[in-house]
Amino acid sequence: MAGAIATFPTAPRAAHPDRATAEPLVVRAVLIGIVFAFFALFLFLPLLVVFMEALSKGVPAFFAVFEDSATAHAVKLTFIAAGIAVPLNTLFGLAAAWSLTRFDFPGRPVLITLIDLPLWVSPVIGGLIYVLIFGAQGWFGPWFIDHDIRIIFALPGIVLATIFVTFPFVARGLIPLMQAQGTQEEEAALSLGANGWQIFWRVTLPKIKWGLLYGIILCNARAMGEFGAVSVVSGHIRGKTNTMPLHIEILYNEYQFAAAFAVASVLCILALLTLVIKTYAEWRAEQQLAEAARTADLPIHR
Amino acid sequence: MKIPATILLAVAATLHAAPSSLLNVSYDVTREFYRDYNEAFVRHWQAEKHAPITIDQSHAGSSKQARAVLDGLQADVVTMNQDTDIQLLADAGLVAADWRTRLPDHAAPYTSTIVFLVRNGNPKGIKDWPDLVKPGVEVIIPSPKTSGNGRYSYLAAWAAAKTAPDGSDAKAREFVGALFKNAPILPPGGRDATNAFVQRGLGDALLTFESEALQIAKVFSPGAYEVVTPASSILAEAPVSVVDRVVDKRGTREPATAYLQYLWSDEGQKLAVKHFFRPRAAALLAANAGIFPPLQLRTVDEIFGGWKEAQKHFQDGGTFDAIYQPAKP
Repeated sequence: MAGAIATFPTAPRAAHPDRATAEPLVVRAVLIGIVFAFFALFLFLPLLVVFMEALSKGVPAFFAVFEDSATAHAVKLTFIAAGIAVPLNTLFGLAAAWSLTRFDFPGRPVLITLIDLPLWVSPVIGGLIYVLIFGAQGWFGPWFIDHDIRIIFALPGIVLATIFVTFPFVARGLIPLMQAQGTQEEEAALSLGANGWQIFWRVTLPKIKWGLLYGIILCNARAMGEFGAVSVVSGHIRGKTNTMPLHIEILYNEYQFAAAFAVASVLCILALLTLVIKTYAEWRAEQQLAEAARTADLPIHR
Repeated sequence: MKIPATILLAVAATLHAAPSSLLNVSYDVTREFYRDYNEAFVRHWQAEKHAPITIDQSHAGSSKQARAVLDGLQADVVTMNQDTDIQLLADAGLVAADWRTRLPDHAAPYTSTIVFLVRNGNPKGIKDWPDLVKPGVEVIIPSPKTSGNGRYSYLAAWAAAKTAPDGSDAKAREFVGALFKNAPILPPGGRDATNAFVQRGLGDALLTFESEALQIAKVFSPGAYEVVTPASSILAEAPVSVVDRVVDKRGTREPATAYLQYLWSDEGQKLAVKHFFRPRAAALLAANAGIFPPLQLRTVDEIFGGWKEAQKHFQDGGTFDAIYQPAKP
């Protein structure tokens, strides 16, 4: 999670490009060597293992895994949960970034800090709070149960937990960008008679679209991969409330190693695709940010 | 990303689950058994001209599952591996107080016990409990703090030492202490312990349920392990119950009760044997003595005076905490 924060586009990089190369050659070689060894050991090797294990029983067996109804359902449920959580968090992130960068109001710094909260607490807590609120012994649980509405141990709980763990991503991606871009263009549009919607669609959105896409992609990646929070509220009902990450654990515990790794490889492929799109969006977002920095009168607030 | 109609349908389906389904909330190592049993029960239920029914399964650690039902997981039936996990629900009013007597055999349709799994050829010559505390023997036991499997292992060791010719509670305490001194790690659950022993190759003996040990030795890795049955061990009853509050609300008491009663049928008992649980039917057990060698089985009631007393061993600051000191690096 901490890594995700560090990779948000901030100010243009390489402000002092010569600093890193000013070290003696030996130091550089050792550091680069360590980085490569680290990457090989902690990223490349595990990824290789996942794909090798997934295909250990052959390609037909790999595809047969997804014909199992419980596995197919886990894939579907993951897409449904992400399909609800990501659009909602996109709306929330846009609204939050808009209000936090366009208006000055009391409590604004507190809100900016609070947006990060889900990144700092353990996802298990993200799940437990919903059990405490909506569980049979929780605050609102008895009322919902009396009215036959399932929140936890059902789809709504899974969506709630997913929203909780992914809600900072879009806002976090947009806030620095919108801060750097300032409000002059919006003010110009306003003085020319544009209304709020027109300003948003024709001026703001085109300026932030790459930053927004970047946030949505990170949000989606996390939504599909979330384990801890969802595990607490899922109830683990086979073919009903298991998402892909939960199903992987179940398959592994059932000694179906090839099947577990087959599902894991799908998540890995999704992650790699995400990485490619993310890199592109990040690059475009940085361009937008750099452009904003060039044209802005004020230095960037970081 | 998805068509809203699909989402709405999914939400609607979750909100109003059709009553022609039952949810069986169970513990970790019964997946294979209940997969077969559910098929058999559905066939039987429909043959009796009832409306079609589907059975959903949820599996995780026994105590974690009891907790989930307490928090609102709508289980029609619970099938646990320990009396205390259903008693917890009874204490909270979800299950009727007389749950133990509503079904035969203390509401436990099959049993198991704690045995040893050793590597092929039994290189350390482990035959009975005293062999486990010899120097140089490493034993893998799941943590008694977090798993029913580990609790039964602890109680089985205690019972064996207490009922030995010169046995006593003090001797038992000493023996269990020595046993856990030979445990290099305490995996949190039964399957974690199996994975440590089988996948990671740790330890000389694995203490686990007979059903799990037989499954590994005969199904998952045939020829690589041997099951050692000690002279005496603990009787592990796996109790079942309908969750009264849920079945009354959903109107599923009839199928839920029939589902549990069918566990005692010929077919149910034979499936238990197939998945290495000791059946209650005496004739069936005797006929399968090759799989389930006879041994002296002690009950928790007889050795510890009931689960309430036995549970005190595992509370924070209880006997287990006093005995077990994790190996210092």
